[in-house]
Amino acid sequence: MNHPQNRETGEMAIAVSRNKKERSVFIKDWQLYSLIVLPIIYLIIFKYGPMFGNIIAFRRFVPGGSIIGEEWVGFQYFQMFLNDPTFFKVFSNTFILAFLLLVITFPAPIIFALLLNELKNQLFKRFVQTASYLPHFFSIVVVAGMVFEILSLNGPVNALIANLGFDKISFMQLPEWFRTIFVSVDLWQSLGWGAILYLAALTGINEELYEAARIDGANRWKQTIHITIPGILPTIVVLLILNIGNFLQIGFEKVLLLYNPLTYETADVIATYVYRVGLQSGSFSYGTAIGLFESIIGLALVLGANYVSRRITDNSLW
Amino acid sequence: MKETWQYKLFKYFNVTILIFIVFVTLFPFFNIVAQSFSSESYINSGQVSLWPKGFNVETYRVIMSDNMFWVNYKNTVVYTVVGTVISLVLSTMIAYPLSKKRLKGRRFLTLFFVFTMFFNGGLIPNYVLVTSLGFGNSIWAIVIPNAISVFNMLIMRTFFQNIPEELEEAAIMDGSSTFGILFKIVLPLSKPILATMMLFYAVAHWNSWFPAFIFFTEKELFPVSIYLRNMIKGAETAVGAGATSADNMVQISSNIKSVTMVLTVLPILMVYPYIQKYFVSGVMLGSVKG
Repeated sequence: MNHPQNRETGEMAIAVSRNKKERSVFIKDWQLYSLIVLPIIYLIIFKYGPMFGNIIAFRRFVPGGSIIGEEWVGFQYFQMFLNDPTFFKVFSNTFILAFLLLVITFPAPIIFALLLNELKNQLFKRFVQTASYLPHFFSIVVVAGMVFEILSLNGPVNALIANLGFDKISFMQLPEWFRTIFVSVDLWQSLGWGAILYLAALTGINEELYEAARIDGANRWKQTIHITIPGILPTIVVLLILNIGNFLQIGFEKVLLLYNPLTYETADVIATYVYRVGLQSGSFSYGTAIGLFESIIGLALVLGANYVSRRITDNSLW
Repeated sequence: MKETWQYKLFKYFNVTILIFIVFVTLFPFFNIVAQSFSSESYINSGQVSLWPKGFNVETYRVIMSDNMFWVNYKNTVVYTVVGTVISLVLSTMIAYPLSKKRLKGRRFLTLFFVFTMFFNGGLIPNYVLVTSLGFGNSIWAIVIPNAISVFNMLIMRTFFQNIPEELEEAAIMDGSSTFGILFKIVLPLSKPILATMMLFYAVAHWNSWFPAFIFFTEKELFPVSIYLRNMIKGAETAVGAGATSADNMVQISSNIKSVTMVLTVLPILMVYPYIQKYFVSGVMLGSVKG
């Protein structure tokens, strides 16, 4: 005989017991939850708060007034930057710098790791590695200070140029030099540090593969092409995707320390422009609108890169 | 198999390149050290590269007797210690619960934290928030808003996840509470990762300058990075720092700047040989996804 009612009550009983179980899980783990409550409140205030604070891109903001602005103005500030020639300048500067970093400072650590991998002398290898990490630990302020000293008119680089019989160059004042300097500094700081993960991947390659290749008569170059590079390819792909996701994050603090009005033409990027119009000139809403625009492009790049990553490498950030 | 002559040639070439890389990497630093011990006239005529000329320790004496330098230096130490403690405590408070697979809502909470890595409020909303909370010209402006690095937190979480479940189960049998387990079992077992995280945060706080730059107007509160920044950039107006201190300074000599730079990086250099392996292991842990 059929007992629909019974089945229903049975299901209800299961649901109730599951509910009870869930509740008891919460009760059992209340201490775990109590640990994480404070950080969540922190996050809501200090991370999600400013996200919500972007509302002032659509509202007129008066310093000292309400922190969410005075009145709605719609897309007025967005139209404003679309008509602002400086905006296009900083936008293209940002993309050019980001692109240079991607094609130069991204592959350099791979090559560096491959070169280190060919060293047989472990002591020398360790020495080169240790030295190459060092700039990563220097404050960006100190790094900027060193750059100014080395490239100054009395600095060693200009001394060399003068010795070779050329005219001295005031590097930090010339817009045509800024990109070279910026990328070189980035390379200098990240070459060794960026190679760590590749070196780890290199030690993971099966030694037997090389032996087999040697028996087949492959020389070192062929081994590199056919064994070493495929061996670290997964690492390269993952880091490349991460890099594309962070494409626009070119190191705003470094620009801020290295540039000056004479080099704005090539050095001024979106973030520094936001800093100047927003905090220095006090156009908070206008600066926020530009910043929001950049953040949204950044988020789209991360999501896009993550999507591609999941499709082709089974690796995703979350 | 015998090495081909091409490979032998490559090996010499390789060692040469790597030595060159080491030279270029270390040169700026040695140059600064040499300048810091040289007299200004030799620096100005471009004669100082790797060895001091016109040996001079007078500048060290002058800088080290500058009261403001020590006030700012002490600030950096205080900000670094307080900031590192806050960062470590908060990160542990998140990472430990999130390392428990049984935790309800774990996926959602993780996403809630990770999302802030990829989308942040931006410079100006952050500035408005921090100043309207009344944090301007106080240590909280620099140690609170950037207290958590989600990336570091994820490394810690991965580490906690790999602690054998049985240890904790045994402790539960003995009647330990969650906090008891955390303090008596998990944290003592996690000393390596706590040390690594402490160093990650400490170096970041030590090197930090931008929050102080925009939120501080009082010289007495500056960290040493701002003291140095104002020397390097000289007269340039900023929201906070630059405007007050450096505006009427004329050109500051390379010698003085070099001394300040050396004194600023000295603590990092002294611990660097001991800490770099922790950093490397931290980066490796970060690459293992949890």
